[in-house]
Amino acid sequence: MKVTLKVWRQSGAEDPGRFETHKVDELSPDMSFLEMLDVLNDRISVAGGEPIEFESDCREGICGTCGLVINGQPHGPEERTATCQLHMRKFSDGDVITVEPWRAKAFSVIKDLIVDRSPFDSIIAAGGFISVPTGSASDANLIPVPKEAADAAMDAAACIGCGACVAACPNSAAQLFTAAKVAHLNLLPQGQPERYIRVTKMVDTMEQFFGSCTNHGECERACPKAISVDFIAMLNRDYISSKIKNRRLAGQQR
Amino acid sequence: MAITGIVLLGYIATHMLGNLKVYFGPEDINGYGEALRDLGGHLIPRTHLLWLLRIGLTVAFVLHIHAAYSLTLLNRRQRPVAYAARREYLIASYASRTMAWTGTIVLLFLVFHLADLTWGAEPAVSGDFERGEIYNNMIATFSRWPVSLLYIVANLALGLHVFHGVWSLFQSLGISNPRFNKWRRHLALGFTVVVIGGNLTFPLAVLSGILGESGFLA
Repeated sequence: MKVTLKVWRQSGAEDPGRFETHKVDELSPDMSFLEMLDVLNDRISVAGGEPIEFESDCREGICGTCGLVINGQPHGPEERTATCQLHMRKFSDGDVITVEPWRAKAFSVIKDLIVDRSPFDSIIAAGGFISVPTGSASDANLIPVPKEAADAAMDAAACIGCGACVAACPNSAAQLFTAAKVAHLNLLPQGQPERYIRVTKMVDTMEQFFGSCTNHGECERACPKAISVDFIAMLNRDYISSKIKNRRLAGQQR
Repeated sequence: MAITGIVLLGYIATHMLGNLKVYFGPEDINGYGEALRDLGGHLIPRTHLLWLLRIGLTVAFVLHIHAAYSLTLLNRRQRPVAYAARREYLIASYASRTMAWTGTIVLLFLVFHLADLTWGAEPAVSGDFERGEIYNNMIATFSRWPVSLLYIVANLALGLHVFHGVWSLFQSLGISNPRFNKWRRHLALGFTVVVIGGNLTFPLAVLSGILGESGFLA
């Protein structure tokens, strides 16, 4: 099959950038989108041009490194799929495909399709961890966790931190990412001692970089792990609680 | 935003329910207006409680607009380079994406509405306006079809605004439970249909003659 790519090229943060058009033929429909870009890059290199820079690592949808806006949709048209798991068979022969980087003030373009996602690191560094050293793994079931709570925490922990939620949000808000990173700790017993300080610090850090949530719901649809906006409600609930709870009573059993 | 929104939602629901009294005739709705001024009965000086409610409502309204305005400005700055490809919204509803517009329409309409039926101020007011004569004022204002049309359009905008707002407030306040979550959309739709539906009957009833000079079908 063959497609025409309109790809964003930008040499660095200072460069205003532009679109470049490439006709790519002799493609297999079984190639992933990134393999198609690899093929194109090979041909560009052979012709003496500069390859298109994009990020990828595991190429099996679990690392969160890749991420392109394909025809206006973060990670492309396929639901619950990261760019690396998107295959060319989802497109038609002769399609014109627009490929852009994540667009958000917080994610500046480093080069071509690569953006700087370090504001996510700042949010994690603010509280996305458990402070005390936990030692070696304790016996299973030493701390009882209700099944529903464990499942919900696991769903939140599926976040790979790719940034598609921000790219999809009309406000470039990072609520879904932050909510997932807060929830996977705040839903479990081990996360309770730092529950309120965690949510306060992570939300406050998030607000330094990103827009704010107005409940559009685009993030959930763009998320390759289909993380639910229900976690945003949990985030808001914990954030509100953090402002009104008397934390000196937090050690008491209810 | 959610908290001030709840105050405003409570107000528009009460406003619609109160206005339904026009269907019981001029004396009933005019008496309702009197009763509002007499709120608190003999315990509180006349109109004091009403003014307290009006002030509370105004404060909620101003805070709501302030939050909306600063949020909108903040969010518009967050994507300096727009996407080149046509952005297809897959989940975001028409209502959620037009909140700033529907909100502005409602605000502008509110000024007209107050001038028309509360202050009796030019150029909105009808020629026959008389303070306290709620029934006659309503008939007079809705007998002008362009004004009725304005009321209908503004209420449809309010409907879109409220439809997103009611659902959204649950998310913002963190009220989420997988067992009941689907009811949040149903509640938003139900609230919107009842309140906006009720409001729309007033201009339509006057224009179609269901509400006549001296009462229901009279």
